[in-house]
Amino acid sequence: MPQISQLAATYASQIFWMLAFFGFIYFVIGRGMVPKVMATVEARDKQIADDLAAADAARAAADAEEEAWRTADNARRAEAQAVIAKAKADAAAASEKRLAAAATVVDGRLAEADARIAAARDGALGEIETVASEAAAAIAQRVAGLSVDAKAANAAVKEAFHG
Amino acid sequence: MAAEQGKVDPMHQFTIEPLFGTDHWSIAGYSIPFTNSALWMALTTAVLLLFVVGGMKRELVPGRWQMAVEGFTGFIDNLLAANIGPAGKKYVPYIFSLFMFILFANLLGLLPLMLVGVHPFTPTSHFTVTGVLAIMSFAIVLIVGFARHGLHFFSLFVPHGTPWWLLWLIPIIELISFLVRPFSLALRLFVAMMAGHVLLEVLSSFVIDSANSGALWGTVVGLPSFLLMIAICALELLVAGIQAYVFALLTSLYLNDAENLH
Repeated sequence: MPQISQLAATYASQIFWMLAFFGFIYFVIGRGMVPKVMATVEARDKQIADDLAAADAARAAADAEEEAWRTADNARRAEAQAVIAKAKADAAAASEKRLAAAATVVDGRLAEADARIAAARDGALGEIETVASEAAAAIAQRVAGLSVDAKAANAAVKEAFHG
Repeated sequence: MAAEQGKVDPMHQFTIEPLFGTDHWSIAGYSIPFTNSALWMALTTAVLLLFVVGGMKRELVPGRWQMAVEGFTGFIDNLLAANIGPAGKKYVPYIFSLFMFILFANLLGLLPLMLVGVHPFTPTSHFTVTGVLAIMSFAIVLIVGFARHGLHFFSLFVPHGTPWWLLWLIPIIELISFLVRPFSLALRLFVAMMAGHVLLEVLSSFVIDSANSGALWGTVVGLPSFLLMIAICALELLVAGIQAYVFALLTSLYLNDAENLH
């Protein structure tokens, strides 16, 4: 077993070189380079965390923006609905007014026409009475030889007509 | 264990061979030649340096290499955060160095470099190497423990809920288990690495010897041994990672004792 049989001859060399190389590793690599590597890792972790936080903030801002937009949109929509409803009501009122005006015109015309019809009928009735009284007077003259004056004949016809 | 039967000595792979500096390199009278063990430590260091440098591009969107390096640092960071808490952050460089050195040394020692004529060597299969790592970890625990808690650190040996009539025994047991820590740290890694390499070497000697003694033995002994070798190679890759993890995990648990006491 060389570890033991060579111990006396080699231990000084082994210990010296071990300390020399381990010292180099510790001071140059362990103390010099490892902290830089770890600082890089830390910087990256920090950057990732910051980016995540920024993304989170941006998302929250976007959410708030969307919420605000939605509220504004709803308000605008309600406003538009109100305008439409008002326009509808206005239009309905206007058309009602026009319909009423037209109705009065039509009613007037109807009344006028009725009056004209009534006048025509009265005229016609009067004429018929006149004709009937003349005819009655003539009939009385011919049949009975009575001379009935127009006034009496007219009164008699009127009486007969209206009962 | 010697090579009585000739061909394959499973322990030969652990031999330390000085490469240069044998004659005059020394510190305070201790000879410190540059050996094959030191060479593989240097290779481990170089590969680890390359690996981490490749992950230093510091890009916001990491590439694969950067992801790999950041995965390892994040793994160590999580390990310390889970075992010690926020105070564990300052030990990341040490635990990272420990974990990565052991992992890379284990893995480099498993490379099939004999195919190109290079003899791989695993520094972590020597307790002189793992002992240095274990004593460093233990020393850090002691220093941090006494620096933070002073003599109160000794209350580590009296766990919560110890009945008063056991106060004469429990601290002794706790003290022994505390003092065993560096040995268990060092020996676990060294034994695990050595056992795996010896097993692979023994199985490979079965394959070679049985194949040399004819087609029959080659089929009956060599082929199953070879299949077993493949499976054990996969197991050794796993062990290489697990042992590095265990070393780092136990060190961080011991550091937790020093940092948070109870």
